[in-house]
Amino acid sequence: MKKLVISVIFIGLSGLYVLYRPQIAVQTTASTPSVPGTAGPNSSGIVPTIRRMIEEDDDGPRIIRPNPTPAPPPVSATPTAQTPAKAVYKDGTYTGSVADAFYGLVQVKATIANGRITDVVFLSYPSDRATSVSINSQATPYLTQEAIQAQTANVNIISGATETSLAFKQSLSFALASAKI
Amino acid sequence: MKETRLIMGMPIEIEIIGPTSPRLRMASDNAFEYLTKVDERFSTYKDSSEISKINIGEVKDNEMSEEMKEVFALAEKTKKETNGYFNICRPDGKIDPSGIVKGWAIRNTAELISKAGHENYFVNAGGDIAMGGTNTEGGQWSVGIKNPFNVSEIVKIVYPRGKGIATSGSYIRGAHIYNPLTPEEELKDIVSITVIGPDVLEADRFATSAFAMGKAGIAFIENLPSFEGYMIDKDGIATMTSGFAVYTQQ
Repeated sequence: MKKLVISVIFIGLSGLYVLYRPQIAVQTTASTPSVPGTAGPNSSGIVPTIRRMIEEDDDGPRIIRPNPTPAPPPVSATPTAQTPAKAVYKDGTYTGSVADAFYGLVQVKATIANGRITDVVFLSYPSDRATSVSINSQATPYLTQEAIQAQTANVNIISGATETSLAFKQSLSFALASAKI
Repeated sequence: MKETRLIMGMPIEIEIIGPTSPRLRMASDNAFEYLTKVDERFSTYKDSSEISKINIGEVKDNEMSEEMKEVFALAEKTKKETNGYFNICRPDGKIDPSGIVKGWAIRNTAELISKAGHENYFVNAGGDIAMGGTNTEGGQWSVGIKNPFNVSEIVKIVYPRGKGIATSGSYIRGAHIYNPLTPEEELKDIVSITVIGPDVLEADRFATSAFAMGKAGIAFIENLPSFEGYMIDKDGIATMTSGFAVYTQQ
């Protein structure tokens, strides 16, 4: 538990450090982001690293990345006076340094566009398997879609989220909030 | 016989097919009693529960019950498999395993019923369902996925054929589940995801986690072997995994 708290704080501090470091020149193409001064073994680029990690993994769950978010415009290297208010971030792609979370090594890469987080990838360095979960606001285009339609036939059993399980929902929201950067 | 009771803060419905007999009634009663005991052990709303005592430091690690250890181990496994999206540790340091206890308890309840010699049954706890055998007519159990926008309707009919099925979601007027990466924003891009998996515990833990991932959750399920999913977004568009259609046929 302590480890988790410390590592979350560490990740948070790493993130803040990366964001507010002066004179950041960020190239933000969709395929090869380069973040100067990235602490970690893969300063040549994170996306090729992710591809290698995923390709090497033959038996675990694999995440196929949907079409990447369009690259935001490059950010000028001159630091402007920032008044941090609410969720203000500089556009660009940022990678936190590797941190020791409770269950293994964790590294986070966030993409900021128009001041908002548009993509975050958790990278974990494997002992046995490499997985990454990409949070992307776009739907996965290759899966079948349909508009939902009311069905009139009778069924034996109904499956749906329940409002009465408030405790369940509350615990989940607490649990998920603790995973924030 | 079919009966519904309110346990663990939700309606739990159990149907066991067969002529009404003391033996059948006992199987049903035992199933509900087991779920009540689970609630007594795992409810964070009861000061007398083992989990509440653990959370105030009254239980040493070696004094923990086998069931508690088992649930903790499952939670840890799920956390790793979802890169932290599933986490029973709260920010205040307390542990709340109710997100994993539900699926685990339903799975165990189903085992109790089938070990008592009843092959045709289902257990539905708040939308998470374990089933065995066939319905009264001898056909496959049919499951309707609730319309998140109108709870008196169903929008999809599936036949899980003995697999576990779980739906995670929220209603438009009250979403309490957050994307862990932007917790200040309520997760509103999807409203429901239904997962069919090897058993109800598996379906439940991944439905919960996939829901928290928003629209990316369905891709997560697509890439899990042996799992299929049906996600409904806030605009009423459903996205299904590539193997899901198999379950829409009787």
